[in-house]
Amino acid sequence: MAWDWQVFCKTTTDGELMPSCLGRGGDITYLDWMLQAWGWTLSVAACAWVIAVVTGVLIGTLRTLPNNPWVVRLANAWVELFRNIPILVQLFLWYFVIPKAFPVMQQIPGFLLVVFALGFFTSARIAEQVRAGIQALPRGQRYAGLAVGFSTAQTYRYVLLPMAFRIILPPLTSESMNLLKNSSVAFAVSIAELTMFAMQAQEETSRGIEVYLAVTALYAASAFAVNRIFAFIEKKVQIPGFTVAPGTGGH
Amino acid sequence: MGGLDLSFVNWDLISKFVINGFWFSVQLTLIATVGGILLGTVLALMRLSGKAFLVIPATIYVNGLRSIPLVMVILWFFLLVPLLIGRPIGAELSAIITFIVFEAAYFSEIMRAGIQSIARGQVYAGQALGMTYGQNMRLVVLPQAFRNMLPVLLTQTIILFQDTSLVYAIGAYDLLKGFVTAGKIYGRPEEAYILAALVYFAVCFGLSYMVKRLQSRIAIIR
Repeated sequence: MAWDWQVFCKTTTDGELMPSCLGRGGDITYLDWMLQAWGWTLSVAACAWVIAVVTGVLIGTLRTLPNNPWVVRLANAWVELFRNIPILVQLFLWYFVIPKAFPVMQQIPGFLLVVFALGFFTSARIAEQVRAGIQALPRGQRYAGLAVGFSTAQTYRYVLLPMAFRIILPPLTSESMNLLKNSSVAFAVSIAELTMFAMQAQEETSRGIEVYLAVTALYAASAFAVNRIFAFIEKKVQIPGFTVAPGTGGH
Repeated sequence: MGGLDLSFVNWDLISKFVINGFWFSVQLTLIATVGGILLGTVLALMRLSGKAFLVIPATIYVNGLRSIPLVMVILWFFLLVPLLIGRPIGAELSAIITFIVFEAAYFSEIMRAGIQSIARGQVYAGQALGMTYGQNMRLVVLPQAFRNMLPVLLTQTIILFQDTSLVYAIGAYDLLKGFVTAGKIYGRPEEAYILAALVYFAVCFGLSYMVKRLQSRIAIIR
């Protein structure tokens, strides 16, 4: 079996071989297409990550509030709801069902609906990690905050969350990598991201192995980059003498 | 909402479209769990063996598969297996092979943690009794590791059940596909998605509740 990497230098319209490997004028090559698709994958994942972290930290914190059983129950329900339905089904609900049910949502572009689906799915997992992180702290930390006259909000802001943040960095790393990998489900609603590109380019060019290898390498490289960024952050925010055991993550 | 109409749901629809898909999802989950744990245990033992020619390939296998999306792995096998064996195989068989291979990477991490959680003294005790490596693993270490990790293994199985919906990428007929097909035929796609979500939720929520109960029952008091 012979390799044919030149497939990436061909235009998507008539298969003409471009010497520079990049398209000119209106034409684009498969390489152009793939790089654009990579951009979509990264933007979907990045936007969803922001939603996931903001919502996840909020819900996870609410789950640890003392003396607020109903808030805790609601936040727990949030986690169970988004954790027990497959991401692909949630994506279909956001993309097909919600715009139909609430006509206002029809104005929202598909890209954002995918971001919501991925973001809220991941928020449930991050909320679980945040809760575990806060509860892993010795109870004395909370009492210490209250003893110096902090309100509950201040105790969280200045005492509990900064420590919990450091505890959850390792599982947050793997969850962020999971988010990047999970963004591949966007193919199912025709977002022009890497997996979509892989499926279509494979069909058009019949050079599936080359196409899949390139796409797989881009995913692995992106996941590795996320991993390194978090390792860097972990090192920067480390408090001397305060170490946490590495966690394991799902996918 | 704009007229949610579930009146199209009847036994006929369920028996024609949904049961088959549900059965395949369950089969896929069970086969991939058993196969994944067996292969994963072998990988975990390789990684803990301390011999470079075993550690390196197992590490590449596990870390490699864990760094790429499951959807891509599904597409890879659907493309590669027919090329390797020279004839097309169905999406369903392809999905089964893919899930065993893919989930083994995750199960191996769980089993590795489980084996490492066993006190060294247990291994030494086995050796002191004159057990071989195989006997020691089979009779002393693995049963305890498996017991300690049972809740985590079961949680991974629930995730695996959710992941089976991704065979959508190659058009295998699973639970989700069953609902989508029924929704198309009856002209009620939105309701079908909602029903699919409800069924997945009921199964996964029920199972994770049972895992929680089990966890509190089998915990070894130390």
